[in-house]
Amino acid sequence: MSQSQKRDAPKARPVSQMSWAWLGVMPFFIFAFMFLLYPSSTIVVRTFQDAETGSFTLKNIINLMRDPYVLGAYSLSIKISIVTALGGAIFGFLLAYAAIRGGLPRFMRSSLMTFSGVASNFAGVPLAFAFIALLSPTGMLTNWLKAVGFNIYDYGFTLFKFWGLSLVYMYFQFPLMVLIITPAIDGLRREWVEASENLGATTFQYWRYVAFPILLPSLLGCTILLFGNAFGAFATAQALTGGSAMNLATIVIGAQLRGDVLGDLGLGYAVAFGMVIVMTVVMIGYSVLQRRAERWLK
Amino acid sequence: MKRGGVIWSWFWMILGILYFFLPLLATFIFSLKAVKDVYSFKAYVNVFNDPAFQLRFPASILWSVLTIIAAILIFVPTAYWVRLKVPKARPVVELITLLPFVVPAIVYVFGLVRTYSQPPLLIVNSPALLVAGYTILSMPYMYRAIDTGLRAIDVQTLTEAAQSLGAGWGTILFRVIFPNVRVSILSGAFLSFAIVMGEYTLAQYLAKPAFAPYIALLIQNKAYEPAAATIISFTLIWACMGIIQVIGGQEQSGQIAGGH
Repeated sequence: MSQSQKRDAPKARPVSQMSWAWLGVMPFFIFAFMFLLYPSSTIVVRTFQDAETGSFTLKNIINLMRDPYVLGAYSLSIKISIVTALGGAIFGFLLAYAAIRGGLPRFMRSSLMTFSGVASNFAGVPLAFAFIALLSPTGMLTNWLKAVGFNIYDYGFTLFKFWGLSLVYMYFQFPLMVLIITPAIDGLRREWVEASENLGATTFQYWRYVAFPILLPSLLGCTILLFGNAFGAFATAQALTGGSAMNLATIVIGAQLRGDVLGDLGLGYAVAFGMVIVMTVVMIGYSVLQRRAERWLK
Repeated sequence: MKRGGVIWSWFWMILGILYFFLPLLATFIFSLKAVKDVYSFKAYVNVFNDPAFQLRFPASILWSVLTIIAAILIFVPTAYWVRLKVPKARPVVELITLLPFVVPAIVYVFGLVRTYSQPPLLIVNSPALLVAGYTILSMPYMYRAIDTGLRAIDVQTLTEAAQSLGAGWGTILFRVIFPNVRVSILSGAFLSFAIVMGEYTLAQYLAKPAFAPYIALLIQNKAYEPAAATIISFTLIWACMGIIQVIGGQEQSGQIAGGH
């Protein structure tokens, strides 16, 4: 601290001690700055910089808005994130509710939690292969269905396009939903069911006027988080499609990094910057809704 | 619960179980078919005997161990110090530990490569950059696990007790604080291990040998071997999660924006 404050007798000690104490967290801040904040800020800064002259420009953002290839990638990423977030949220909620309040044996709950912990971490390259073994044209399930006279590939299904990839994403989406929605379901008190039954409410009315409004912030928050989870996914799609069939925003960045597409370096930064913006909105939305949801979880 | 409700519960559970196990079953059966007409472990033998596997699998183990060591050395003292001396730093530190969720792995590695591939910051080829990157990716899990562990003990009293017995900062950290948050550190460590062992993006784009890029290569070139490698990878994750449960890390944290 500065000299003037040190002369100020009563306040001096706590203030100066404070400043020395901050030194203790410096290694962390230096580490975070070097390997997280600085590289991330590079993306932001260079997005608004001319690749050649280094002067400020909005050119990269404007190019991004005009480039049909990049816009298509964003829109595909958003579409698959919405579909798998909704699908994962609905299925994950039903599973978690069934295991916690559905009248199933108690061990089902802990098994479900363990499976969800494993499955939400089983992602990327091995996950892609597991679905190739299951649902590719020569996959196990494809062959089983063929044996009973139903070839899914005759009906327009393919593992390597939108719906196939969505099905694969669901494998890490719904377990994550199970893990993050569980506290909210635990927060639904049993007395509320009894109270509404005593007041003559039907099951539908209980859900419509009691459980659903209470769960709504959690459900929305978790769905948003699932959206982000799919939006940032890269390895799964890359391994499944080889990076060609599905042009997601993450795939475009990967290709740009290898030097395959977008000769324009500035545009690459802009695509990455756009992803960070989307993810930031997602995380803010999640934490706001989570705070609302916690009112009922005391 | 009414009877109809229970039937529906079983319905969703069975659907979930099928979703969870069918891809694994398909992979496992496929991995046994390397020899025509008989079931065998030939594919596994091939993988284990593959020089590329022998290089890349241990490499991934090395990255994980180094990541865990780096994470412990950086995050335990920080979390401890924030609780003890600078509670004012808490919001900033917590925000930083959550930032990796905002930056997807591919965007993150894009930033790393672009930042560190030109002089004077030419360290993109250093293995240390990969370990630093993994430490950042593991930060949300590690830091929070450690911080949760510290919440359960009385940091202030333990520190004062140790100090009055004449302990220095090193002794306090390594012989008083570490043993008290051992369980939390271990849960965080095994989760980080599972994440790093399956991580593809950073290793691929920083061009370092690792297990997941190896599986990706197998998928392109072989039929049965990637199935065997997938089962190995899955077994590893299962083992890590099992250990976390056994040592008592109750709260499971799902991976949010890491290796997908």
